[in-house]
Amino acid sequence: MRERLARSRPVQGACGKTGSWRVFRPVVDREKCNACGLCAMYCPDGAIDEDLNVDLDFCKGCGICANECPKKAIAMEREEK
Amino acid sequence: MLTIATGNKAVAAAVRQANPAVIAAYPITPQTEIVEQMAEYVTAGELKSRYIPVESEHSAMAACIGASITGVRTFTATSSHGLLYMHEMINWAAGARLPIVMANVNRALGPGWNVWAEHTDAFQERDTGWLQVFVSTVQEAYDATLMAFRIAEHNDVLLPVMVNLDGFTLSHIMQSLETVNPGDFIPPLHLPHAIDPAHPAGYGTLTGPDDYFKFRWDIERSMRDSVKVIRETEQDFADRFGRSYGMTEEYRCEDADVVVIAMGTLGKEAEVAIDLLRKEGIRAGSMRIRWLRPFPTLDLAGRDVVVIDRDYSFGFGGILAQSLKAKHRCEPYSVIAGLGGQEVTYDDIAGFIRDRKPGEEYWFGVKA
Repeated sequence: MRERLARSRPVQGACGKTGSWRVFRPVVDREKCNACGLCAMYCPDGAIDEDLNVDLDFCKGCGICANECPKKAIAMEREEK
Repeated sequence: MLTIATGNKAVAAAVRQANPAVIAAYPITPQTEIVEQMAEYVTAGELKSRYIPVESEHSAMAACIGASITGVRTFTATSSHGLLYMHEMINWAAGARLPIVMANVNRALGPGWNVWAEHTDAFQERDTGWLQVFVSTVQEAYDATLMAFRIAEHNDVLLPVMVNLDGFTLSHIMQSLETVNPGDFIPPLHLPHAIDPAHPAGYGTLTGPDDYFKFRWDIERSMRDSVKVIRETEQDFADRFGRSYGMTEEYRCEDADVVVIAMGTLGKEAEVAIDLLRKEGIRAGSMRIRWLRPFPTLDLAGRDVVVIDRDYSFGFGGILAQSLKAKHRCEPYSVIAGLGGQEVTYDDIAGFIRDRKPGEEYWFGVKA
């Protein structure tokens, strides 16, 4: 088929498991969390699901979720080497 | 229907019949009359297009790109500085293979501030992948605009088309205009790479060194194929509506020893000069180049060639003269005339032909 314009379709994991890039890991304190879902909405990688579990295979550890959390329920903890 | 119209109104009449889904435009002299007329059609309910009054020409082309990639017909019009303000998006429109049609009313670039006819604006966009046609009469402005949609949208082309008409000497001149009922002359648009919300994708995203050149080649392949599409479209137009055009319009060239080559209204004016010279016994002819891209092949063998450039590439020469030199290995007498609306009459053109000095360049009106 003749392609006139470069098109790319999203494929899960096309760049491999980008979680390996992570330096800081988000850890959710379920006691403080009121399940507002802002973390999932802001996550640029879509790595937080409906139950607010973080997919560590693809979370790059950017920390946006922790920064946006109104309850300060997400801590960024340094990954063990 | 026979009527009287300006070049601008003729373009607007054709666009109305082509019925684009989206028109995005910004006013600029001497093109404003086109977009004013389109806005009037939309306001009066005579045209169902979505009219987007954008804040700049860059946005006008961007809006056309966004609309066109959904697979609908789009139109915009501009001139001179507006055209150059679009420059980035003009490249994008061709690269994204979008059959946008744009009217460009040729006007000089400032400074000095000048709103009159010159072709340098369009010539600066000649390497972008757009097809470009230059018209010379009100009727041709109408006919070429109708044909532009069909050519741009043809599956073997899928490239944007620019219809160029000279500022004021054509945009604001009234001549008779015969409008037609286009019927099914312009088939519905089917864009093979239109956005499909059911299958999300990135369009024109990062394309690496292993692939980029393939898409560039596809533009050139379509540009070459467009010659056939232009010929077929113009033939069908002639069969249906009785007016025929070509890549160039030749006038009394059959036995000509010398031909004058020009574009736009000057190319039409040249025909009067030819009649004048023929009466003097000089076997002269005129070739008015209509399509700048794809560039035509001309029969220049064994003839003296006089080229009138209403444009210039500083430090190089008249762009048309240089193109003909490169493509046809001729040594034209290169006349630079008509810049910024400079008056050039048929008497002047006859003079260029009589006094020709092959291989030399002459700036009309400049004292050596």
